[in-house]
Amino acid sequence: MANPSGNVLSVRELRTEFRGGRGNVRVLDDISFDVGRGRIVGLVGESGSGKSMTALSLMGLVPKPQGQVSAKSINLDGIELASISPDGLRQIRGRDMAMVFQEPMTSLNPVRKVWEQVGEPLRIHQGLGRRAIRDRVLEMFELVGIPEPKARLDAYPHQLSGGLRQRAMIAMGLICEPKLLIADEPTTALDVTTQAQILRLMQELRDRVGTSIIMITHDLGIIAEMCDEVNVMYAGQIVEQANVFDLFENPSHPYTRGLLASIPKSTESRIARRMPSIPGMVPNLARLPSGCRFRPRCTDAMAICQTREPAVTDLEKDHRARCWLHARQDAISQGEPL
Amino acid sequence: MSQSAAVTNDLPEVIEEASFLRDTMRGFRKNRMAMVGLVFVCLLVFLAIFAPIISPHDPYRVALDEQLLPASTTYWLGTDNFGRDVLTRILYGARISLVVGTVPSLISLLIGTFMGILSGYMGGKTDFVIMRLADTMIAFPSLLLAMVVMYTLGANLFNIFIALALVGWAGVARVVRSQTLALKEKEFIEAARANGTSRVRIMFSHIFPNVTPTLIVLFSLSIPEAIMWESSLSFLGVGVQPPEASWGLLVAKGKEYLFQAPLVAIMPGVAILMTVLAFNFIGDGLRDALDPSMKD
Repeated sequence: MANPSGNVLSVRELRTEFRGGRGNVRVLDDISFDVGRGRIVGLVGESGSGKSMTALSLMGLVPKPQGQVSAKSINLDGIELASISPDGLRQIRGRDMAMVFQEPMTSLNPVRKVWEQVGEPLRIHQGLGRRAIRDRVLEMFELVGIPEPKARLDAYPHQLSGGLRQRAMIAMGLICEPKLLIADEPTTALDVTTQAQILRLMQELRDRVGTSIIMITHDLGIIAEMCDEVNVMYAGQIVEQANVFDLFENPSHPYTRGLLASIPKSTESRIARRMPSIPGMVPNLARLPSGCRFRPRCTDAMAICQTREPAVTDLEKDHRARCWLHARQDAISQGEPL
Repeated sequence: MSQSAAVTNDLPEVIEEASFLRDTMRGFRKNRMAMVGLVFVCLLVFLAIFAPIISPHDPYRVALDEQLLPASTTYWLGTDNFGRDVLTRILYGARISLVVGTVPSLISLLIGTFMGILSGYMGGKTDFVIMRLADTMIAFPSLLLAMVVMYTLGANLFNIFIALALVGWAGVARVVRSQTLALKEKEFIEAARANGTSRVRIMFSHIFPNVTPTLIVLFSLSIPEAIMWESSLSFLGVGVQPPEASWGLLVAKGKEYLFQAPLVAIMPGVAILMTVLAFNFIGDGLRDALDPSMKD
């Protein structure tokens, strides 16, 4: 409504630094992406690539004072979060923007009843009374498919299975009907069957409630299944940005190609071929290689990759990569940043 | 409540209603010493409450012709230097000693919990100031501190509460702070923050309930300590004043006649000993019963 571009979230040049004993470490560098209304946008990458840190930075949950978040703009449906006060951001959290965490087993307070916790955003942001909250939580439990929802209201977290708890967490995230839900590896701790159920649930809810979702995962299968757009992250940067079909059809960054190549395929005999993987490890963010961050592991590295950081290049509409392979000649000569 | 319990029993995922409390009770009942302590304390509370009805004598009646009598059928534990029945005095002393045991413990628990959670959760300067204050309290000889308070404010029951709370809160604050430090790294606290929960609310409706098992144990262990403190203060003459009877005071007054009538000093001492032991057994039992279930 307030945003003409139809984006619920629009992030520009988000940077997060951590102050340490041996100087600052920039854990996120130049993160820019959009989340369209009702879209599911994926953030994918290895451990330590900055996926979760992006979520925490957006939510304002980066531990202070060691962590410092700065951005040119973080626009959540017309509200500028980059310059908002901590208390203003607290008002937004849970109301306009909510988060579902990785570990459903530890994300609920063990000594409080489930309904009290799931309904807490209502108490904080809408000041509802106990009766009204209880009724609303019951509705949400029905919506997220918790069986016997009435009986579950008064349960304690340890009385619920992991799948049920994650459903409860999703209910908690959606209870104020936020514009954006950030799901940080919501299914990593669950078994495969439950995982599929939770993912299907999230898709259904997106269709019914209209909440946009940022899906953080290291699982390209989930990306293919769930997402409309994908951001591939490496060492604190977005290295490739595309809609899901383009990404799988036409992966442009060598890192994305490597990731796609390392998905095991059931058609190949497991004995016949070793599973391909990307050699090397994610670099230490305090000691990044010169030039391109992916260069030491890259099979296509060129001379320029040694010396200069690659700029973001538009390949086609809404498909970008941060790689010299695709840079136009004039960009290479000028080294223009985007 | 009972209706929802009936429904949940049919479901396999729901393990047991209120099983945390039930587990604790079961664990506690298995501990024989703790149960003995509990029975003793219940008996003592009963005797203290109904002391005027139970005891056949007046605790304040002076009978100079019946000084320092040995135990007899009329005076079960003999009489003191004013001819007052020792057993009656001990029963009345239980009233003061039990109140002095519980009220200051509650006050120091209240203050200590508040300070501890504040210190642990806020960190930084707040943490520094509160913890240095606590360190100062702990570093200072506590008996001396309590005596100073009693001397300055005057010796009465209310001031005993103040003195003991002042001495006791720092220890509670330290324990609660360390628990808070561990709790605030838990994911459910981050989840609460992600909901926009305010800091005050996180401290008192998310962290506090998780600290309560510890507080129950601390409380049961601080009661005997407070009883000892009161005894020490009264023994030194700055606590409860005669003719009121508290156990510490009875021991103090009785010690002068230790050789003519040993029961006058020894029996209140035995009462202190048994009560303190009983509370310690209860505290240990509670700690053991609560511990495994806290490990989740």
